[in-house]
Amino acid sequence: MPLYSQIIQYVLSGITIGSVYAIIALGFNIIYNSTSIINFAQGEFVMLGGLTMIFFTVMLKFPLVIGFPLTVLVLTLIGIIMERFAISPIKKPTVVTLIIVTIAVSILFKGIAMLVWGKDTHFLPPFSGEKGIAFMGASLNPQYIWVVGITVVVVVLLSVFFKYTIIGKAMTACAVNRTAASLMGINVKRMVLLSFALSAAIGGIAGIIITPITLMSYDNGAILGLKGFGAAVLGGLGNFYGAIFAGLLLGVMESLGAGLVHSGYKDAIALLVLLLVLFIKPSGIFGVTEASGFKKF
Amino acid sequence: MDKKDSLTLLILTVCLVIFPFIVTNTYYISTMVFVGINGIIAIGLSLLMGYAGQISIGHAAFFGLGAYTSAVLTAKLGFHPWGAFFLGILLSSCIALIIGIPSLKLKGHYLAMATLGFGEITYIVFNELTDITGGPSGIGDIPKISLAGYTMNTDIKYYFFVWAFLLLILTFSLNLIHSRIGRALRSIHDSEVAANAMGINTGKLKIQVFMISAVFGSVAGSLYTHYVTFVSPSSFGLFFSILLVMMVVIGGMHSVWGALIGAALLTILPEFLRALKDFEIFVYGSVLLLIMIFLPRGLIGGLEYLFNRLIKKV
Amino acid sequence: MFKRKLLILGGVLFLGLALSVNSFAKKVDLKEPYKIGCLFAFTGPASWLGEPERRTAVWIEDKVNKAGGINGHPLKLLIEDTKGDPTAAVLAAKKLLKEGVLAIVGPSTSGESMAVVPIMEEAEQILVSCAAAEAIVHDPKTDKERKWIFKTPQKDSHVVQKIYGHMKKSGIAKVAIITDTTGFGAQGREQLKKYAPEFGIAVISDETYGPKDTDLTPQLTKIKGTEAQAIVNWSILPAQTTVMKNRIQLGITIPLYQSHGFGNTKYAAAAGEAAEGVIFPCGRVLVAEFLDKKHPQKKLLVEYKKAYESQHKEDVSTFGGHALDALNLVVAALKASGPDKNKMRSFIENKKGFVGTGGIFNFSPTDHTGLGLDSLEMLTVKKGKFDLYKK
Repeated sequence: MPLYSQIIQYVLSGITIGSVYAIIALGFNIIYNSTSIINFAQGEFVMLGGLTMIFFTVMLKFPLVIGFPLTVLVLTLIGIIMERFAISPIKKPTVVTLIIVTIAVSILFKGIAMLVWGKDTHFLPPFSGEKGIAFMGASLNPQYIWVVGITVVVVVLLSVFFKYTIIGKAMTACAVNRTAASLMGINVKRMVLLSFALSAAIGGIAGIIITPITLMSYDNGAILGLKGFGAAVLGGLGNFYGAIFAGLLLGVMESLGAGLVHSGYKDAIALLVLLLVLFIKPSGIFGVTEASGFKKF
Repeated sequence: MDKKDSLTLLILTVCLVIFPFIVTNTYYISTMVFVGINGIIAIGLSLLMGYAGQISIGHAAFFGLGAYTSAVLTAKLGFHPWGAFFLGILLSSCIALIIGIPSLKLKGHYLAMATLGFGEITYIVFNELTDITGGPSGIGDIPKISLAGYTMNTDIKYYFFVWAFLLLILTFSLNLIHSRIGRALRSIHDSEVAANAMGINTGKLKIQVFMISAVFGSVAGSLYTHYVTFVSPSSFGLFFSILLVMMVVIGGMHSVWGALIGAALLTILPEFLRALKDFEIFVYGSVLLLIMIFLPRGLIGGLEYLFNRLIKKV
Repeated sequence: MFKRKLLILGGVLFLGLALSVNSFAKKVDLKEPYKIGCLFAFTGPASWLGEPERRTAVWIEDKVNKAGGINGHPLKLLIEDTKGDPTAAVLAAKKLLKEGVLAIVGPSTSGESMAVVPIMEEAEQILVSCAAAEAIVHDPKTDKERKWIFKTPQKDSHVVQKIYGHMKKSGIAKVAIITDTTGFGAQGREQLKKYAPEFGIAVISDETYGPKDTDLTPQLTKIKGTEAQAIVNWSILPAQTTVMKNRIQLGITIPLYQSHGFGNTKYAAAAGEAAEGVIFPCGRVLVAEFLDKKHPQKKLLVEYKKAYESQHKEDVSTFGGHALDALNLVVAALKASGPDKNKMRSFIENKKGFVGTGGIFNFSPTDHTGLGLDSLEMLTVKKGKFDLYKK
């Protein structure tokens, strides 16, 4: 395999895994924008999405087209339950309290998933076979195309939602200024609930599309959440396009790091890039300095 | 240190001395050793989080640096345990300085991510520098440490050894809080801008506290190494960093006492829940969630509330 | 009202009395139970390892007690969770020792075992580990076996020799190795590099992957770019299936060898077609039904496999087998020498021809693993099932 096709291979793999980070980062941003909470249970949504999909399509043998929306529905409900029972009961929340609460919820989700699905790693067959597609000397897993394709669809739908629908605009308003939004008659509490539902649904979609590549077990959520958080911060918290760019960047850095330097250090290389960016630009690539100052710790 | 603190410290010391005479089961003594080790790091982290208002989700790295310095130098290169102990402290504080200068300029979640990234990189280095750290298989057969001719080779001896360290560190921290530096720190927590305007060099102070907490982490790491006599990277990963933050917050972030209570709870609770087997993590998560919902100021906050109510009634 | 309360109180007292009499009666005709401690990581990152071990241990306890116990003493297992965490394992081991166990079986992983070893050596109590690393039983400083420590999984070095021996016969001289970053993978990597020159083999590519890695095409792409004639994938993680899948996706045609960590039909099933033709050395539990009738392990293996698979509705793995061997060994020692730890220890140390799932164990003061190269069989995957490898 010549070096240039190797590099193409690294970049392709990087883009795939990077789109997953991007989509998880979007979930972080949706909640962050309406509540300034970093939801450390975001990765668990991805895990639950993958495992629920396995339940519907592998155990109950539903076809993909039914399993997919059902899983997204279940995850939306989980997001709503989380907001109702863990986030909204807290009076006078501080940022640190909320971090611990979401961590507690993620432990809880993990415990429940372990009891429901057991401790084994589960497998989901790819949507359309696994025969590699040749591409400029590199080989493309068909599932990669699904991952990238669905990520693009999600991003487009989200942009439309936030730009052109009333609810979407209301949520954006909350993100810009909560007090002003509530003065304008927007029910901020409902927007918070909605943001959790939406973000859980998106996490679920991420879980569905990557499980055929990555396999899924009850304890896979944390690491995916971590990478997504990295992408969200790198892109500038709350910035959607920043998240997508940063997610792809992290994915490609990792993949190139594994291929050209050493596989053991690939995460370290990606993290090092992240740290350097933050040290130079403390509010992420696309973040605004004032915005990072607002959300006080 | 004010009167209340001195009194509590005295009561704690007395209880600690009596404890092993009442409870002779070495399993409980051993659990208390780990409470002490975790307590030392948690106290340091609470100075950083509760007083200076800076989060760190990477403190397991300093714990690991201390542990690995002791392990590598004593088990592989034949250093004296106390020599390794102090070199660990030196290394941790230097790294804290290097990391702290650029990181502590970051705010809120950006700082959280930066410290988290630093913790992960350290963890990866422990895993990958196989020639030095033994990689994922770790380092075993680490010699015991001795003090004034006594080798710390039993659980009871180690219990007193660790808790003596903890009391020293606790006293130091309480004095620090009530000093000029402590007051300056609290002003950073309340408003960094105001503190700056009052002529406090906030940047320097934050880095100093970061270094102090790193030193405490390193001390705890060395103590861990000579107790368990085996280290592997899995003890110093992200999970432990998060656990430390939870200890500080669950205990009550606004007080070093809270950190100690949090460390005790989160170390003892899993031992307590052993009988639940598979349901343990479920119950553990629920307990954490309930504490945060009902006691947002942590356990110490709840205790203070009860205490005040009691006084009012009397 | 008062009457009712009295009635309830009376009822409770009566029940209590009846129960205590009942338990008293039980104590009279049964001897004191023999307590054995078990340390398994049945939650946490190694739970897929600890869970089959725990299930197997419970099955053995049941079986021994149904057969009348050990010399009339019932067997009582105290099973503790180590969560895959060395610190938790240390505390659990201390707890078990305080509860008066006669020996401890486990822990599941090498790291946890290494943390528990000094405690057991100091307490002078038997530990039969279910983890593979050789440092568990062998002190590298004194170059002697640790007095109180034994283990049941095959030696990594034997597995490596078996693989390299097979390669040598097939004329392979350049290999690429890809290992996971757990203790298991790291030990394998070390042994693979150590024994290569002995077999005239050059390791020309050395890649690793983490427990939660999601995509291994970069590593395999790198290997594809070298002149390797075969790949060795050494891992105990579910992610090893990703290696197989990515290999097919990238169109790599050189043969793939796996380690004994592949001993789980679920991994083969998950990899699907990508697992076809993979070669790996392993204990015989996976191919119990293909063994010759006269094979000494046949009876035990078939019985275990049947019992496990009918009870838990999942395929047996080699991991549970390690716990089975460890526990059977301790039970045999108790049967032969009673609850005397010194006698038990010397019984195990000198035991020869002990039939286990991992092979025929022959322990000696210089070998606390007891298994030889003959305990391994070259296996392959044929139509999604494990089968003996035939040329």
